[in-house]
Amino acid sequence: VPEMEVATPPDALRSRRRLGDRIGDTALHVLTGLAGLGSIALVGLIAYRVVYGAWPAIQKFGLAFVWNESWDPVTSRFGALDFLYGTAVTSFAAVLIAGPLAIAIALFLTELAPPAVRGVIGSLVEMLAAVPSVVLGLWGIFVLGPFVRDHVDPWLNSWFGWIPLFEGTPQQAGMLPAILILAIMIVPITASVSRELFKSVPSELKEGAYGLGLTRWEMVRGVVLPYTRGGVVAAVLLGMGRAVGEAIAVTQVIGGFTGIPTSLFQPGDTLASRIAAQYQGAVSNIHIASIVYLALILLVFALLTNLAAQVIVRRFEFQRTGGS
Amino acid sequence: MASIEQPRLVAGGNVRRRKLVNRAVESSWLLAAGLAVAVLGVVTVSVLLKGIPAIDGDLFIKTQATFGESGGGIAHAFVGSLVLVGVAAALALPVGVLAAIYISEFAEQRVARVIRLMLDVLNGLPSIVIGIFLFALLVVGRGQNAFIGSLALAIIMLPLIARSTQEVLALVPAHLREASLALGVSKWRTIVGVIIPTTFSGILTGTTLAVARAAGETAPLLFTCSLFTNSVAFSPTHALASVPVVIFTYAEAPDQHLNDQAWAAAFVLITFVLVTSLASRAALARSRRRLER
Repeated sequence: VPEMEVATPPDALRSRRRLGDRIGDTALHVLTGLAGLGSIALVGLIAYRVVYGAWPAIQKFGLAFVWNESWDPVTSRFGALDFLYGTAVTSFAAVLIAGPLAIAIALFLTELAPPAVRGVIGSLVEMLAAVPSVVLGLWGIFVLGPFVRDHVDPWLNSWFGWIPLFEGTPQQAGMLPAILILAIMIVPITASVSRELFKSVPSELKEGAYGLGLTRWEMVRGVVLPYTRGGVVAAVLLGMGRAVGEAIAVTQVIGGFTGIPTSLFQPGDTLASRIAAQYQGAVSNIHIASIVYLALILLVFALLTNLAAQVIVRRFEFQRTGGS
Repeated sequence: MASIEQPRLVAGGNVRRRKLVNRAVESSWLLAAGLAVAVLGVVTVSVLLKGIPAIDGDLFIKTQATFGESGGGIAHAFVGSLVLVGVAAALALPVGVLAAIYISEFAEQRVARVIRLMLDVLNGLPSIVIGIFLFALLVVGRGQNAFIGSLALAIIMLPLIARSTQEVLALVPAHLREASLALGVSKWRTIVGVIIPTTFSGILTGTTLAVARAAGETAPLLFTCSLFTNSVAFSPTHALASVPVVIFTYAEAPDQHLNDQAWAAAFVLITFVLVTSLASRAALARSRRRLER
């Protein structure tokens, strides 16, 4: 009986599958695809809509908005320089404080702490990241602000008063409380990313270093830090991105001042905090467009830092796994 | 003639110095960790000390008292937060889970990488920018309402849910998937009937984590859902009060009584956020361990 069909061709198999399964497979593919591609489209839509919303201000002020030094709703003259300065100073100073602290915490957790302590301290540091920024800001207004005015400012002034940054009368609201609040926010982010990085260092390398008679710190300096350098830069960058974008807690403690503060004791304002502070007051179209323009600057900055951090992390992982 | 210096094998001053430096650096690590824990402690203790005395029954069942009078509560904010976060979760959960399934089950490597990158970018956007985006898109010319606020919170939750779901999906053992396919079960039945149930608890805890984050967000609501009345309302077609926005405005109110209520609200919020995120973190670690085994 040579005519008997032994193997069914794949096409016939496919057509014999239940109709419901064919529809189900396609439907789930399309549905999930829509959600996945929708996430890409969402980022595009956000970028497009923010540029579009800022357009009247872009047309009126052009790129000069970025270095224009006034924010006056009465005369409709708007510029971002004061806030760029405030953002740069507060974020940079916060990173300067929080970066080394976070790396030290991550080293403590990976190299020094016994396992039981590691779990507890690790989750406590992560809890710090979960504190809502509005609560941290509330604490900043009523606890940190007065403490800075009564203790930190006078102390800094008496020791470093000859530096212009630490001149002037101590105040409750100002750049310094904002810097401290931002530092508190950065620490858990940078610490948890660095901790993952330090954990990934192969133990052969560490043991090799110990075997050569190095102390723990020498091992860290010679093995752990060089091995994770790129990743640590990315971790700090991610922390800085958070500091630059933080609106609520900063607007609560920084004092909302238009101008360039010469001392850290004076009030100032950042891009994000100025946006947040204007939530009730924007009426004229150009005022609204200028606020959106500030958000556009933030958006561009966030995209750049995030992509840079991603690229660094990818390259780091590529190196570590040898490209596999 | 050059002489080669013989290495000294006894502990000299150099070794003592190295040990001292090491000890100093290690102590600085310990100090840094202590400092972070101390800051968390100080913040929590402040919220406890200032928040608990201001908590009474009225806080949960009354709305803001007329100016200058004592009493009153923030019932409208609790109800509003519930509606805002609930609607946001209902929007973000399906989209996030579907996107995660697409990344891990359907998409090509290249497409999957782009989507993951975009989700990370979305996660890294300052929340105030998301608020401004929806303000420019939907509020200008029309006015605020709670649905726009929920949309803003949903955009914040989306990458958190999608990424955490995708991470647990990646942990599903290949043999489960292959066994189901080998039995002739179609792909979609495999996903819905085998893969999702296996990862269900992981998805749930990822969502809880996102809810905890969204419940504390103020910035996306300022421009989309902050001009509300002081009465309890449920309909998302109006601007609704929310706990974070109420803390934000009461904190700067020139009224001691409202300041106290801000602390009380902060206590409730921080308790909710810390308890849910701690619990879901523990649950996530457990379900991850179970899948990896």
